[in-house]
Parts: sequence; structure tokens; C-alpha cells
Amino acid sequence: MNDATTAGCDACLRRTHLIALLAGRIEHERHRRRLPEILALPDEGLLGAVAGREVAAVRQRIARFDAPAARRACDAAGLAAICRHDVRYPARLLDAPDAPAILHVAGDPRVLTALVEPMEAAPAVAIVGARRATGYGVEVARALGRGVAAAGVTVVSGMAFGVDAAAQDGALEAGGPTVAVLAGGADVPYPASKRRLYERIVGRRVAGQRPPAKDPSPTAAPAGASAGARQVTGCAVSEMPPGFEPFRWSFPARNRIIAALGGLTVVVEAAERSGSLITAELAAGLGRAVAAVPGQVTAPQAAGTNALLADGAALVRDARDVLDHLLGPGAFEAAGAAVPGAGLEPRLCAVLEAVASGLDTAGRLAGGPSRDAASAEEVRRVGLALTELELLGRLRRDPGGRYIVVPGAA
Amino acid sequence: MSLARAVTFALDGIASRRVVAEVDLRVGLPAFNIVGCADAAVRESRERIQAALLNSAFAFPGRRITANLAPADLRKVGPGFDLAIACALLAASEQVPVAALERWAIFGELSLGGEVRPCRGTLALAEGARREGMPGLIVPRAAAREAALVDGLAIAAVSTLREVVAVLREEVAPPPPPDPGHAGATERLEDLDDVRGHAEPIRALVIAAAGGHNLLLAGPPGTGKTMLARRLPSVLPPLTHTEAVEVTRIHSVGGLRVGEGLAARRPLRAPHHTISASGLVGGGSSPMPGEVSLAHHGVLFLDELSEFARPALEALRQPLEDGRAVVVRRQRTAIYPARFMLVASTNPCPCGHAGSSRCRCTEGDMLRYRRRLSGPLLDRIDLLVHVTRPSAAELAGEAYTTSSSARATIAQARERQTIRFAEEGIAANAQMSPRLLRRHARLDAAGQRILSSAYERNHLSARGHHRVLRVARTAADLAGSPRICAEHVIEALTFRQDATTVQLAA
Repeated sequence: MNDATTAGCDACLRRTHLIALLAGRIEHERHRRRLPEILALPDEGLLGAVAGREVAAVRQRIARFDAPAARRACDAAGLAAICRHDVRYPARLLDAPDAPAILHVAGDPRVLTALVEPMEAAPAVAIVGARRATGYGVEVARALGRGVAAAGVTVVSGMAFGVDAAAQDGALEAGGPTVAVLAGGADVPYPASKRRLYERIVGRRVAGQRPPAKDPSPTAAPAGASAGARQVTGCAVSEMPPGFEPFRWSFPARNRIIAALGGLTVVVEAAERSGSLITAELAAGLGRAVAAVPGQVTAPQAAGTNALLADGAALVRDARDVLDHLLGPGAFEAAGAAVPGAGLEPRLCAVLEAVASGLDTAGRLAGGPSRDAASAEEVRRVGLALTELELLGRLRRDPGGRYIVVPGAA
Repeated sequence: MSLARAVTFALDGIASRRVVAEVDLRVGLPAFNIVGCADAAVRESRERIQAALLNSAFAFPGRRITANLAPADLRKVGPGFDLAIACALLAASEQVPVAALERWAIFGELSLGGEVRPCRGTLALAEGARREGMPGLIVPRAAAREAALVDGLAIAAVSTLREVVAVLREEVAPPPPPDPGHAGATERLEDLDDVRGHAEPIRALVIAAAGGHNLLLAGPPGTGKTMLARRLPSVLPPLTHTEAVEVTRIHSVGGLRVGEGLAARRPLRAPHHTISASGLVGGGSSPMPGEVSLAHHGVLFLDELSEFARPALEALRQPLEDGRAVVVRRQRTAIYPARFMLVASTNPCPCGHAGSSRCRCTEGDMLRYRRRLSGPLLDRIDLLVHVTRPSAAELAGEAYTTSSSARATIAQARERQTIRFAEEGIAANAQMSPRLLRRHARLDAAGQRILSSAYERNHLSARGHHRVLRVARTAADLAGSPRICAEHVIEALTFRQDATTVQLAA
């Protein structure tokens, strides 16, 4: 395995190993001091602060640490390791004193290393939100992910159930770059139910829950027959070593990476005291902008986001708002986002425009709002056009079967 | 003479077996025993027989009476043996000629007053009498139309015990059964012209009916899912005579529509979601056909599919696969035919309002809700259609179609399938195996391109791919097109099940 795939200096590998060894102790120590403080401590300080009675044992084990073996483990898991001394390490992460020592990358590392450039040159947006999201939240997150990615902006999120996964799914639909920051090892799909999404992000199949045993080259052609021609546009990232199973603290810890990677953090849906609000807070602490999508004032899933807005977060309605906040007004048009009907036959274009105006079923479309109900054949024709548009990715069906326009899909 | 025997028949699954009712009289303390693997209802017939004889002005012998129902290894269930035992008893006590009992098979239930009541399974019992070469059959008048469906059997349709005795003594000619006829043929079926709007669901119904596909209707409460499902039988082709006889036989065995004669229309069964697995596929200590069999050649409608108990839904797999339900009870196996179309309805999400702002279900809620349905059952459902609220314009307008015009198109599509599958041993597109799909569901270039791109863009799962092919074949048949073109593939994709499930699982 060549050095481009796996690197990481001995000191950073040891640091990662140390944190993994102390993971259980860090969970205890969190009750006494804040996580960023703990993670910002130097090796010796960390040992002294959290190891407690186990300090001697841990010190012994860390003394026996075998850096080449750690590199081999990364290779075996198909992960690239990029340490903070590597030129490919995204400098924006170093804004935080507790920046991770190493980033383990599954998938195409170039999606991550592109973020070495300053924020203006390599823009990225963190889209986060509730795991228990409503249909509305999932829909908005997917639309944001798609629209932002279509403009070439990297979508950073945590691949969690609900908003996170929807945003990254949207980004993939648009073929745009996306980075999933995981709390456990980068080779393990977490949550397990998002395995398919993970496979699409990193561009390869995962056998069961085990990491693949051979051919770990992250850019290798995916095994799935249908994915043969697909370009890998994403990667999964973790600061923890391969196979690491996350502790409770691992999730706020990965949130700090999400917040630092994004120039703007958008919270789509969050209840009060939600983890997404921690991400927003961390982002604000790093001097990053924070934005939120408004929700119904009566909905508990929108309480956190509405509170953010009340506190002065930027308001986001669609991908255009996100790009305006991130890149300055007018960037959306400059990024080449197209009008809904561009590039379609006139027949399909008319149907798409009608759906955009709020006619959401074949019957309504064929009949129009005021005319008499149309003949069955006419409705059937419209239905065929709707399905064609759906297959082209211009329309989607909501869970109730109604058609909605996919933003930024041209 | 103090021994006599009468021939009767006992139900065994949907067939019947010959049973001999023997009665022996001898001197001793007056007693009346029935032996021969008889259940409680049969043993109770002692009281009914005694009362019926006395109330019909016959003598009830004050001797030791033993009745035996042979063969003794077959469980005898129900009150249908009353009349045979009573006749054997009358012959043993020399009130009717013994020889007469050789010419007639007899069954029916007795009332205390001596009236003869109908019992279930008359058609199957009459078929048994014919098979065993009995020249004649004495049946309760109320069930006689069913027995008359069997050719080559003299039928005496009786209403009282006195009438039975008169027939046996040849004092009167055997009363003929009422005209067989189609029961309820004049009743109007629920018609599609009652439906306003719902163009897509109606189209899905037509495709389902044309290709024999199972159908899932998804939509919020009160949008018309049940109304649509109830109209499916109205567009299905009428029952053939053979099918009608099968339906009549099962319904009669199941105790439905006793005495109504030949079934005229395809059954629609809509069991409540609290039904048990054995209620659905058949069972019970004395096996009875379940809802799947009562829906044979018709429609099984499962409203609120996700509310059904898991074991009940699991039990549907075998009937859906094999077209029959096998019930094993006490070392006996009963096989009931169960070839039906499944129509199920479901809410799109736990609260039912998915897609509107009223819905507060989370992605996880919806996934869990859908998981309850997923698996082998959904694999057998080719079509999913969303039922949405019709627009005001549609409600005020005309119906999109009528059942009779839809039925005509469907009949043509079915005819094309009959010709195509003449040598394949299947009847409709829905039954095509992957092998038959390769042979009979070939796409033109444009259709192939669309299907491949849908698959690659994750609009379809591998299994969904086959379902789409089957439905596209039916869409082409409805259009009278021998080849499957782009249009048919697109239409099939409109009704694909994966539209929302794949996204949720992503």
C-alpha cells in the first residue's frame, strides 16, 4: 500500500491510540469538565486528568504502541490517515484548539483534502438536525443538500438518522461532494440502518457490518453492479481508529469536526436541548456563521431552530439562502443553478411548471384548478409525464404520493 | 328386522366421504346411543330424533337403540346426520321399507317438530353421492338448488320428516328441487361510475384486474380506499361455470349463502384486522375454509394491512404462492383452494396524514410502520397506488369510467394472456416466473433504457425490477401491443412499490 493512501506521523497515531484507550475514562471525566477542554489537553495532561488509577497501566500500553501496526490496520480497513502535520489536512480544523490529530478517511480522500483551500475557494456547509425529524424536516434537508451540492459546495454532516442522512442523500442525488463525519471508526457504517447511504458515500459495498477484508483502495471501482459507472463523490471521516465503537462523548466530539469543516452551519430541525444545537454553539465558538430553517412554532421538533433564529441566527428557506450567506448575495445564480424546466422537452417542461405551481396529483394537473375533470386518458398521459420527470430526478413523491419539484435538479 | 342402514355423506375438506348410518334395536332397558367418532352436535341428535319422530306421529321404539356412523375413524361433525339416523331407525323399527334406503342417500338436520333443515356443504355432499353411484339423494328443500347442480342424480327436495317417509314408502313422487338459476344475478354490483376523481387508482385497479396483480392502496383515512377496493369485482370477468361451481362448493362448506344455488359473482371478502391466522387461511378443531378460500376466484380485501397480526400476514404467504391453503389438524390434512386477488390498504404513515403539514411522524416512525408490512407479503404485491383526496373540480365532474367499459378492455387483455400462456400452465401475467418473464416480457430498446436507468438511479430494487416487468406486460396487453414499449414501462414504474420505500431505506 503506498503512502498516498496511508500516512500519519507516529506522534499523531499515538495520540489517536491514547484517546481510544482512554475513551471510557473520558466518558467519566465529562461530568467534571467540558469535552473541548479535555480533548485540547496534551498527551501527558490528558493522562493525568482522566486516567485516574489506571494511569500506570495506560502509560505502559502507550509505551508499547506500534505505529507501523496502526498504519497496517488502517490499510486493512481501507482507510487513508491524514494527520495534522500533513499538508492535506484541512487547515480550517486547526481553528479549534482541540482539533483531531488524525482524520481517517473512507471513500475518496480528495473530497476531504479539497477543503485544504481557504473557505472562499473550497466552500463547505454543515447541515445538521434532529434524528427524530418530521417529514417536513427531511424534505427540507434533502432539498438543501441537493441544491447546495449542485452548486459545487461540499455538504458536511453526521450521517445520522433523519436530517443528517437526508441532507447527504440530497447531495448524492445532485452528484455533489459530501463528507460524513462519524463518531465511530470511519470503516463502520453508523447507524447501521444507514449502511446503504454509507456505501453510496464511500462508493463501495460493505459486507454485513464487518470492514471489507481485501482490496481496500478507497477509489477502487465499487462492487455493486449498478454502481459501476458512478463516480465517488463522498467520503466518511473519523478521528478515531478503524473499528472504534463510539461512546456517548464521541457524538459531541464529532460535532466539533462538522462545525469546523463547514463555513456555515445550518440547523434544519432541532428540539430544545438537541445535539444539533451543540454543533451550532461550537460553530459560533469558532466564528462560523449559524443558520436555521424556521418551523411551526407549535412543533417540538422546531423549538430549537426557532430559538436559534430568535437569538439571531440567519434564516434559511432554501439552498439559495444558504449560498447567499456562505458566498455572498448572488452566488446562487453565479454557481449556475438552473431554472426548473431547463433542458426538457416542452411537454415535460409544462408539467414540471404546473407541479411547481402547486398542482400535485395527476388528476389536478390534467383538470387544472377550474376546468371540469379531464378524461381518464388525459390523466393517464399526465401520469406518464410525471413518472418520466420523477425518473429524471426532477420530481419526487412525498410519502403521501403527491409530486413535488426537486430543487436544483437541472 | 331390527337392523337397518342408511347412506349419508360427511364433509372432508371440500370433498365428502360416504358414511353409513347403522341402527340396531334390541331388547333391553330403553336407551339410545350414538357411536362412531361423533362430536357433540351429533350426539345431541338423539334428542332431536326422538322429538321429531314423536311429533311427526311415528313410533319411537322403547328398546335399546345403538346407532353407528361408519367408518369410525372419520370425525363426524355437525347436525347433518340427523335425518339419515332417523330413517335408519324408522327402517329398523319397520316403519319404512328397508329396501328403500338403498336407493337414496340422505342428509339433513331435524328440528324437534320434524322439519328438515339445510346444512352446510350440500354441493360437496351431492357430488360425493354422485361419485359413489347413489341413484338418488334426499336433501333439505332449502339447500336443494345446490344439490341440483350435480347432474345424473335424482333429487328429492324435502321439508319435513313425514315427506321423507312418504318418498321412501313411494307414496308420493319425489318433490323436485326449485329452479337452480343464478342467485342474486339481478343485484347491481358497486360500479366504478360512482367514483369521482381517483384516475390513478382506477387505472391501477384496471391493470390489477387485467393481469391478476395484487394491489396495495396507500392513502390517508377517508379518501376512498375501501370504496375503490369494493369495486374491483365489478371489473373482473364474470365467473365461468366451473369457477362458479368451485365458489359455490367452498362457500357452502364454509356455511355461507346456504341454499342460494350457483354463485353468480366473484366473491369479495373483507375480514376485519383482528382476524386470527386460522380464520384467514382456514383451521379450527374441525377444519373450516378460511377467508382466503372464501375469496377463491374473487378478491380478498385487507383494510389497514399494518393492523393485522404478524402471524396472520405470515400465514398468507403459502396461499399467495400456491393458490391453496393446506390445513393440518389431528393427523388429517384438508386442502382448500385459495386463488384470489389480494387488495390491501394502508395509511401512508402512522398518523395517516403523510405529506401534509398535519403529519408529525418522524422518518423513523414511518420506516418502522413500513417495516411491519415489508418482506414476503409485499413481494407478492405488484402494484402500489397512492389514493389522494380528489380535487373539487373532480368531485363536481363526471366519473372517469364505468365498470362495463373497463370490463371490456380487461376481457381483451385477459384473452391475450390466455393465448400467450396456453402452454405455460398459468393464467395471468402476475404469475410469471423470472423464466417466463424472460420469454414473454421483452422490452423494446427505449423501454429497456428507461428501466435500466430507473434501476441505476436507485428508483428500483432488484425485486421491484421483476414486478415492474410483470405490470408493464399487462399495460402492453391493455393497449393491445405485443411488444412492451417505453410507455408501458413508464406506466408500470408509476405504480412501483419502491418509490418511497427505497428512499426511506437509503
